[in-house]
This record gives sequence, C-alpha cells and structure tokens, in this order.
Amino acid sequence: MSGQATAIEREERRLARWLVAPALVFILLGSLVPIAATAWEALHGHDLRLPWLGRPFVGLANFVEAIGDPRFTSALLHTVGFAAITVPLELGLGLALALIMHTARRGRALIRLAALLPWAIPTVVAALVWRFMFDAQAGIITAPLRTLALVGESFDWFVHPLAAWVPIGAADIWKTTPFVAILLLAGLQTIDPALHEAAQMDGAGAVRRFGTITLPLLRPALVVAAAFRMLDALRLFDVAYVMTGGGPGTATEPLSLYAFIALMQRLRFGYGSALSVTVFLLTFAFALIWVRTLGRSLVGDRT
Amino acid sequence: MRSVGSKVTGVAGAALLTLLLFPIYWMIASSLTPESRLFQSPPLLPSTLSLDHYRALFDERDFLIPIRNSLVVAATTTMVALPVAALCAYALARLRFRGRGVLLALILAVSMFPQISIVPPLYLILRELRLLDTYPGLVLPYVTFSAPLAVWLLTAFFRQLSPELEEAAMLDGASRLRALWDVVLPLAVPGVATAAILTFLYCWNEFLFALSFTLGPERYTVPVAVTLFRGRYQVPWGQVLAATVVATVPVALLVLTCQRRIVAGLTAGASKG
Repeated sequence: MSGQATAIEREERRLARWLVAPALVFILLGSLVPIAATAWEALHGHDLRLPWLGRPFVGLANFVEAIGDPRFTSALLHTVGFAAITVPLELGLGLALALIMHTARRGRALIRLAALLPWAIPTVVAALVWRFMFDAQAGIITAPLRTLALVGESFDWFVHPLAAWVPIGAADIWKTTPFVAILLLAGLQTIDPALHEAAQMDGAGAVRRFGTITLPLLRPALVVAAAFRMLDALRLFDVAYVMTGGGPGTATEPLSLYAFIALMQRLRFGYGSALSVTVFLLTFAFALIWVRTLGRSLVGDRT
Repeated sequence: MRSVGSKVTGVAGAALLTLLLFPIYWMIASSLTPESRLFQSPPLLPSTLSLDHYRALFDERDFLIPIRNSLVVAATTTMVALPVAALCAYALARLRFRGRGVLLALILAVSMFPQISIVPPLYLILRELRLLDTYPGLVLPYVTFSAPLAVWLLTAFFRQLSPELEEAAMLDGASRLRALWDVVLPLAVPGVATAAILTFLYCWNEFLFALSFTLGPERYTVPVAVTLFRGRYQVPWGQVLAATVVATVPVALLVLTCQRRIVAGLTAGASKG
C-alpha cells in the first residue's frame, strides 16, 4: 500500500516538473538571468557610443561614481520621498473609498465601475490627461486658481521645482487609489458583521468600532496593499517621464528615469546598469524589511 | 444617527465619484473641442463639438499603426503566457513536489521586479539577436513579466476548485493530464479568462519596455506613440487627447463587460497572497 503511494507520489513529482518547467524557463531567462546580467554589466565600463573602448571590468567604479553624482543622490531622494508621501495618501484615500463602497446602499456598482476605470487605463494616458488639466494655459485646475488670484498670472506648475511634483502626485494618486480600495474592500468583506452588531449593542460608536474592530481586522489587507504600492512607487517611471520628463532641470527625476536616460539617451550601459541595480536593491531592501517586520501576512500562511 | 451617517456616506460617495470620473469626462470633452477653443478659459460643458482631432489622428498620424502593434503584441503575449502559466499554476495548486514554496515565493518576487532593472541586458541581447523593433522583441519581455502574475492568480483560482471531480476522473482511469484537460480546464474557464484580461491590460498599458525596445513609429505601441506625439515646442493637445480616448476605449470596454471578474482577479492575485 505504502509502496503504491510512493509510486504515485514519484509520478506526481515527475509530472509537476514538466508542468512547471516552461514557466520556470521564462522566469529564469526573462528575469533572473537578466537581473544577474545587469549586476555584471554594472561592474563594467561600457559606453555604446565609444565601442572602441570595449567593455573593461571596472569593479565598483560605477557605484562609486553614483555616490559622488549629485544627480543620483537627488534622484534617490526624489524616489524615496515620492513613495513616502504618496503611498500613505493612497492608503488613506483608498480606505475611505473602500468604506464608502462597503457601506453605500445605492450606487455601489457605479462606484466600483468608476474606480476600475482609473486603475485600468494606461498610466501614460492618466499622466497625459492630468498634465493637460494642470496646464498653465488650458488647465481646468490652474485657470480657477488664477481667477481667484491664488496663483500669479504667469504661474506654471511645471517650471517650479517643487510645484511640479503636485501634478505627478495627483495623477499617481488618482490612478492607484482605486487599486488600494479594491484590495481593502475585499478585506472589509471578510469581517463578520456580527462583530459590529455586538459592539453596537454594547454601546460602541462608529469611530470606536472602526478603531477596535475594522482597523485591526483589516491589517493584513493594509499590509499587502501598502507593500504593493510601495514597490510600485519605488520604481516610478511612466508618470514622471510623461508629465515632466524629470524637469524642470532634474527637479522631478526619479531613479528609474535617471537610469533610463543614462542607458537609452547617453548609452552609458555600465553606469546605467549600476543605477538600475540601485532601483532593484531599493525595492528588494524594502520588501525584505516589510516581510521581516510585518511577518507572514504578505507571503501568507500557505505553504 | 444612522441617517446622518448614510447622508455623509452619500455625499462623500458622490464627491469621490466625481473625482474618479471627472478626468475621464474632461479627456473626452476636450478631445471634442476645436483646437482654437482648447486654450481659452475652459467651459465645463463644451459648446461646439468637432471630430477634427480624431480625423487628424487617423488621417495625418496613421494612429492605426500603433493600435495594430499594441493589439498584436498584447494578443500574442496573452496566448503564450496563459498556457505556460496555467500548467505551472495547476502543479502549484495540486501536486506535491520539492521546491514548491520556493517557486511560489520566486514567482511573487519576480512579479515585483522593477522593469528598469532588466532593461540593459535585454536591450543588449535583443540587439544581438536583431530583435529590437520587432514584435517578438516585445512579446518575450512581456511574457516574462505577465506570466508570474497569471501563475499567481491561477494558482489561487485552481485552489478554489474542488479536487474531488478530477480525483473521480482519475479513479475512473484517466491520467492527471487527461483529468486536467477534460475536467479542470472547463471549470477553470472563468479563472483563465480573468488571467487573460489582466494580461491583456498589462500589455496594452506597458510603457518602459516598449519605449526601450522599439526604435520608430512603425513599431511603437499605443502608449509610446501617444507620448511621443509632442513636437519640440508645442504639444498638439487636441490630437493627444483624442489618442488617449482611443487608447482608453478597449480598456473601458473590458472594464464595463468584465468588472466582476477583474475585481475577483485582483483580489485573488493580491489578498490571497
């Protein structure tokens, strides 16, 4: 009997290998080998415009150059700052949206539909539309501010190093908050309404119930949503490329964009690879810290 | 008390609904506004509507080319990624084998990779293979990036299916593969469809790879074409907005027809994780 069982098990294991193999090949060749190749490339001096220089091994010289490169330091700062500011806003707004979707008696389907549209449309489209809405002349957002004299006659979001972040943040928050809301709504729906009813009978008000029942039980969903959003915000590229191109100057340039420019415009593949590796390390470090401190709720208890 | 609460919810709901939908409304309204009026102080309701921008988009700019490119790449990627992902997901959901936990973690990790971190070697390899500016040159990275998501989602989906039906089929003498094909796949159609929708949306929206691995208008996908519309000094906003509307149409259709499925997919792919 037990011999038969192991025969079946062996058979299953063999089948599993075949079923998994194609996906594994894609993951290895498409992601893991390339990431290793990027790291290896980062250790070389490689300039596609100067092919006669070849591709000499330079050790950590590219990383040393990055540390001394003020454009790199500010790009790093922009990336981390952007994530640190937008992600909490997205979580807060997403939670509000989820609670409204959860409690609304009418129009729930309509709100869900309205939430799915920003999530689904191309990021580039969202960025262009918000770029237009913040336009200095035609912008539906800028024009009223000017009429109310809240901003000067010649005010332009995109020439001011700090103000230029506002449209980027607005487009990103608009596009990604619905995703947070959908995840949190799924979390809300797993909370047993009987808990709320019992607490209400005991005289707990809405705020109290939110603090003692909803928030603690929503924690796993919040942890997952925050992780997804942080990892996404740390690789910010599309919105910045489309809306400001990193400008004015390099005032809104995130790390991914600087890496892209070093690679695709300056064709400095060694240095650009070093910058790309930094983006990877940044997200990797975050993921590691997140999983370590918030435990199993991300990877889950499935084994 | 309760009615005050529901009123507050109602008002907040209406406000949020406006915030979510206004940019889309504004995009459509502006795309129908003649260029001469686009830069006057904007009225909320457009007074004159014109299809000029759309005409220019297709007559002067040949916007059908990027649409065709995006459709070809998205469809091919979906057709390659889904079978690969489905087989892997089935094994992860049903079979016991060594390294299963590691593989799941690996798949989740890979789906979180920042794209830029693999652009340099992919560019060099695609250049070496003369695959830059070709459809396969985009499909390959797209499959790699969308397959892990599809695996993740389908694994969650296969787990929800009761194993009893396939076990019954196997007791009747069918092999695992036969049971997978005859019993599981028909039941999994909704899950596979969801994965297909999300894969298609991923490809339709993807920007960085398309920007890096295409070289000219003949192979630009929709997001790249729209972004590179701008002239050196002026943005032809009318046409850009018309193009964004066109880029949104397939997405809006998918969302309208499959919203339940998409929500189920998103939450299975994420919160079950």
